[in-house]
Amino acid sequence: MADLGTGLSRRDFMRLGLVAPTALAAACGWEGGPLLEPRLRAISRLNDWVGEKILLSPTRLAAEYPPAARTPAARFPGYSITRNRTGAYPPVPANWALEVGGLVRTPVRLTRAMLEALPRVTYTVKHHCVEGWTAVATWTGVPVSAVAAMAQPTADARYLRFDSFDSRYANGWDLASAMHPQTILAYAYNDRPLMAAHGAPLRLYSPIKLGYKMTKYLTTMSFTRERPGGYWEDQGYPWLGGI
Amino acid sequence: MAAERPLVKRHHGIVRLAHWLNAIVLVGMIASGLQIYGAFSHFGPRGEPYPNPFDGQSLPAWSRLGGWLAGGLNWHFALAWPFVITGLVYLGFLAWTGEWRALLFRPRDVGPAIQMQLYYLRLRRTHPPQGKHNALQKGAYTFIVVLGALSVLTGFAIYKPVQLAWLTALFGGYELARYWHFWAVWIFVGFTLLHVALVFLVDPASLRAMITGWYRGRFPSHG
Repeated sequence: MADLGTGLSRRDFMRLGLVAPTALAAACGWEGGPLLEPRLRAISRLNDWVGEKILLSPTRLAAEYPPAARTPAARFPGYSITRNRTGAYPPVPANWALEVGGLVRTPVRLTRAMLEALPRVTYTVKHHCVEGWTAVATWTGVPVSAVAAMAQPTADARYLRFDSFDSRYANGWDLASAMHPQTILAYAYNDRPLMAAHGAPLRLYSPIKLGYKMTKYLTTMSFTRERPGGYWEDQGYPWLGGI
Repeated sequence: MAAERPLVKRHHGIVRLAHWLNAIVLVGMIASGLQIYGAFSHFGPRGEPYPNPFDGQSLPAWSRLGGWLAGGLNWHFALAWPFVITGLVYLGFLAWTGEWRALLFRPRDVGPAIQMQLYYLRLRRTHPPQGKHNALQKGAYTFIVVLGALSVLTGFAIYKPVQLAWLTALFGGYELARYWHFWAVWIFVGFTLLHVALVFLVDPASLRAMITGWYRGRFPSHG
């Protein structure tokens, strides 16, 4: 046992000692290159699987806060891809309405008035940004599950894709997270109509996901069989973004 | 006289492999963690920052791994696997072989630890008797395992603050858990500097022991 241990590790550690510092020095500021980066993303998919299949509870609710705990609106940043490029929030298309389709029995088209007439959920929750900051706000909207019930997804629907009119911003969601009771199509922020900075006229909101998963400036919600990508997800951010 | 010291087997292959793997993975965890930190270099609620000597600062490029936030996250969450697995294999080995007895700091080690500290401060002339490790070493090696465990737990607390809300609450909530996670980095860095300095100042033969397993040095050994 001792011989085996010594012989193997002597050689291994000589190798490690030579290779590791060089590799680490080269690695600074490095995404992994063509060799490692795809592997890191593969491990990220494994982490998504653990997050969705093992850690995610479809019923556990995120903590709610009293309205007094709200972060002052000025300290709750909003951004949009369009605004980053042009300096202005994307204009709301004329005759805007949410299209619900894909693998459904009954495609649905919902205007803002129709959405506001549906059963509503209001909660004050903590927003977690992937960057590391948090902010508390009150959101009001329709549960995604209620809209899904109207459209009746078929048995082969496994994912949801949310598209926007903010450049090509989009997100793909697992069904378990989308059907979570706190996942809503929000039209109000802190008891007032949603403003442009937070995705007016309609945005996805859920306290069980990171901010970048909550599509703003919504246009469509489609049920799919294949896993949809997303604006940041395709660039390397974790696909699940569940917290 | 040194030539007459016996050559003894000091570290099992699993311990050495765990030690060096952990050293490399920890460097990667810290470097990718510092990359992630740069995305929002503050702690606490927005506008009410916690004390932080690095508040608002990005850490130097040579200390970061990943290139941008997504790259840092992917490295961090990938390296977390070998970090946790190595730690569990190491602890499992200690438990299985009983080796933990030579490492775990217990109440009865307090007295010897004080004696050892007096010796290092030159307030005591003779080196206190010791086994494989002296009481201060036991304290250090116990502490670093606890710090590793706390890093992993605070990491999970900020990775899944809703699904693991009980864990996040244990550390005082998301903002504080993230704060402790960051402080653990600097304690790791401080520990490593002291650890390496002591190896060379006190017992250079222990470096060879951690590489090959074999030890011919001034302190008793076993195993």
